[in-house]
Amino acid sequence: MSGYLSIRNLTVRLKGGAMILRDVSLTVRAGQVHGLVGESGAGKSMIGKAVLGTLPRALEVVSGQIILDGTDLQTLDPKERRRRIGASAALIPQDPLTALNPSKRIGPQITRRLVDILGWPKIAAEARALELLEEVHIPDPARVMRSYPHELSGGMRQRILIASAFAAEPKLIIADEPTTALDVTVQKQILRLISEMQSRHDTALLFVTHDLGVVSKVCDTLSVLYAGKVVEEANMHRFFMRPIHPYSAALLAATPTYTDPTGSLTPVPQTVIDGVEREVAEHDMRAAP
Amino acid sequence: MRDARGEVKRPIGLRLWLSGGWLALLVLAALCAPLIAPNDPLMQDLFLGRMPPFWMDGAEPGFWLGTDSLGRDVLSRILYGARLALIVALVAGTLTCLVGATLGLIAGYYRGWPDRIISRFVDIWMAFPPVLFAILLIAVLGPGLMSIIIAIVVIDWTRFARVIRAEAMTQGAMDYVASAQVAGRTRFGTMLTEILPNVLPTIVALLTLEMGVAVIVEAILSFVNLSISTDSPTWGGMIAEGRTSVHQAWWVLVFPLITLFLTVLSFSQLGEGLKDRFDPVLR
Repeated sequence: MSGYLSIRNLTVRLKGGAMILRDVSLTVRAGQVHGLVGESGAGKSMIGKAVLGTLPRALEVVSGQIILDGTDLQTLDPKERRRRIGASAALIPQDPLTALNPSKRIGPQITRRLVDILGWPKIAAEARALELLEEVHIPDPARVMRSYPHELSGGMRQRILIASAFAAEPKLIIADEPTTALDVTVQKQILRLISEMQSRHDTALLFVTHDLGVVSKVCDTLSVLYAGKVVEEANMHRFFMRPIHPYSAALLAATPTYTDPTGSLTPVPQTVIDGVEREVAEHDMRAAP
Repeated sequence: MRDARGEVKRPIGLRLWLSGGWLALLVLAALCAPLIAPNDPLMQDLFLGRMPPFWMDGAEPGFWLGTDSLGRDVLSRILYGARLALIVALVAGTLTCLVGATLGLIAGYYRGWPDRIISRFVDIWMAFPPVLFAILLIAVLGPGLMSIIIAIVVIDWTRFARVIRAEAMTQGAMDYVASAQVAGRTRFGTMLTEILPNVLPTIVALLTLEMGVAVIVEAILSFVNLSISTDSPTWGGMIAEGRTSVHQAWWVLVFPLITLFLTVLSFSQLGEGLKDRFDPVLR
């Protein structure tokens, strides 16, 4: 099971406190989309942050490996790690409203990556940025390049962030709930755009979300996370046909359907929750010295 | 005019006009003091002591705002006093801003041990009563323009450090800072290109506020006779002198007081107005 990104037994905790990620392992293959689902607080975003080296300062990686393109990032010194991550990975953030620097025009914010990472001359970078904006279906890209972030809508900003994530042709993109902060009508377009860009650029994508419906549309494989522990890693097709873990099965059953709008929502049964909680507790017992 | 809001044109509000106008007038007065001052601000004439301002009975032509008990022209002294006040405001304000904002930026963005050291320092510093601290400093350094400026920087940098630290912390938590780092920026580079431009409006507002504070501190020091030599006129010194004769010649006290008040008010209003204009977004 080797992939472009593989995480092996990653354990992250609050410094001197609670466990955030418990022995997480997952693989994202080159050019494929891997979904990461779980309830809020399960640690989905923290996996992405651990890979990109932007974990909050209060957290520390206790053990495990993050192997990006064959190199364990944990063994590199900080400078080399930053260079490596910058050159091969990018982030599509959750909230497009805070992800662009409010005091700078859009153009420089996109070209900066090309200049910084690929060492392109400024003129070439600008031409490429225009191309990218067109590629994410932004009308009048030349005007948008000169705009400040607050002059654009949330959906526009998310398109710009997608363009800028793909700008330096990274081999891995981490999308951290990229549609959560958007209007429902815009969500669908953005989702389609991300898939489209991913397949055109042949990028590996780690797609963090709490929406199984979204996962079923864009992902090839997925991991289900509960309380910082991967309860199931599966290929898409198999997962939806035959989920193995009871928690996954309960999650699937809880998905509301459009075909029966009058049916009441199914909660995840308490027995299932107790079951996963027990597993997590057992895992902690084993991990404790 | 193009500001950070792009093509949007916005009228310069009354607040900016009035405060900017007063300060411009003051700068002009300070620069041209020797040309426009009707009298020598140091010339004493005991026969002309305590002459009232021009609209009152017994006013002496040529002494528009009256004279003090030594017969010195109040208007001329205010004009010359503006020189010192403005030099102190500009130099001390800017230096305070540089020191305080730099430390605040580092503390707020780097966090960890730099933050701990700087923040503890600020806490300790703020436990000293500022004016007493300044008086003590001047007593040690000896009176003079340099001492005043040093005293203001030393007592007031904490104001910048605290506010800018808080701002830098807020900005540092934004996603765009994280993406700059993922893109391979160094921490120092990120601080300069991502954080600094976004705390700049606050720095500008604080800077003008600080200029007003510097004028006040200088006046306080002159008031207690610890400013530069008593020969050159200062607003604080005039207020101190006017206080002793307020029942016989109120104008010696009131005119410098009004000037001081308007100047400090203008600085703070200018700061507010500029902040509104520079702030790139409805954050």
